[in-house]
Amino acid sequence: MSDIRAEIADGQSGTGEAGFGDYVQLLKPRVMSLVVFTALVGLLVAPVRLHPMEALAAIVFIALGAGASGALNMWWDADIDRLMKRTAKRPVPAGTVAPGEALGLGVALSGLSVIMLGLAANWLAAGLLAFTIFFYAVVYTMWLKRSTPQNIVIGGAAGAFPPMIGWVVATGSVSLEAVLMFALIFMWTPPHFWALALFMNSDYSKARVPMLTVTHGRRVTRAHIIAYTLALVPVAIGVGLTSIGGPVYLAVAVVLNAIFVLGAWRIWRRPEAAAEADGYHVEKRFFTFSLAYLFGHFAAFLIEATPWAASLRAHFTIWGA
Amino acid sequence: MMAITREHELHKRRFGRNVGLGLVLVAFIVLVFGLTIAKVQRGGTIEAFDHTYRPAIDPAAQPMTGGTE
Repeated sequence: MSDIRAEIADGQSGTGEAGFGDYVQLLKPRVMSLVVFTALVGLLVAPVRLHPMEALAAIVFIALGAGASGALNMWWDADIDRLMKRTAKRPVPAGTVAPGEALGLGVALSGLSVIMLGLAANWLAAGLLAFTIFFYAVVYTMWLKRSTPQNIVIGGAAGAFPPMIGWVVATGSVSLEAVLMFALIFMWTPPHFWALALFMNSDYSKARVPMLTVTHGRRVTRAHIIAYTLALVPVAIGVGLTSIGGPVYLAVAVVLNAIFVLGAWRIWRRPEAAAEADGYHVEKRFFTFSLAYLFGHFAAFLIEATPWAASLRAHFTIWGA
Repeated sequence: MMAITREHELHKRRFGRNVGLGLVLVAFIVLVFGLTIAKVQRGGTIEAFDHTYRPAIDPAAQPMTGGTE
């Protein structure tokens, strides 16, 4: 954009050329940080040690791939993001980044991240990253999000792949542990997002996004939260019985799952009037705790990978010496 | 309409974007360089096909005794 045209745009809309930070926002840095953390854990708990430089490069390219899918999501969803309070300030709906720029950045970073991960690590990991980007940008964003209330259930798979990719970067193959780490995030996603939908319902209604709260109402959503939370528990505990688990992980998992189930039970029991009266206090607390829940489980995996935890594990026959 | 001056906010934003992109490119170069060093240090066959037959990189052409797997 030339100076003069930018000046005119400035005068008309209060926005001009995008700054560097606007492009960073396009990559959804908060989602990226979760991807980096879970992928790093997947990589570090794997039984194969990588050169630190290879590990760093792999994590950077996985993060770039996640950012690319975020940019593609913002390009496609700009029309509904504009309608929702939570997303209206994103760079594309706010007018700071042109839709074409978001698309270009998303496509370019997708290609770059997949090719570089293939060269840095292996092509199975690169293939999984490519599939994750495709799944998030096409299957979830373009198809499921606007067509079914099961959008975040199936779409949640995209967010569940990073630890599996991290594991494949280190080992070159998919194993039970990688599948269970995937399953943990996959099963955690629905209660996490439905709790958000309970107190952000008006946003989704306005944008005509068929979230469960919009299509089936809050009572059904509350029932779904408790059902998925109960289904999540055996997965979360089950991972603890594999080679990446141990007594520390199990202790953490039992406590976190007990609190999570209690929160889901409170949400289920709550009448809508009570929730409205206190501004969805319980739902908001459950949503915030869900982040700590996921972080806690993956942090416990990391602890189990330390030599200290290995010596502790040797005392318990279930995990072997 | 405001006059375009050297100190205009637009220039600052553009400068920030250029600096940011420059740093990203430098970081990318450092990352690829480091990755290359790591992979080379790990060893393995560094020689590759060079448009002519090279017995040194052909496993079938290696002597049967004393060979390393």
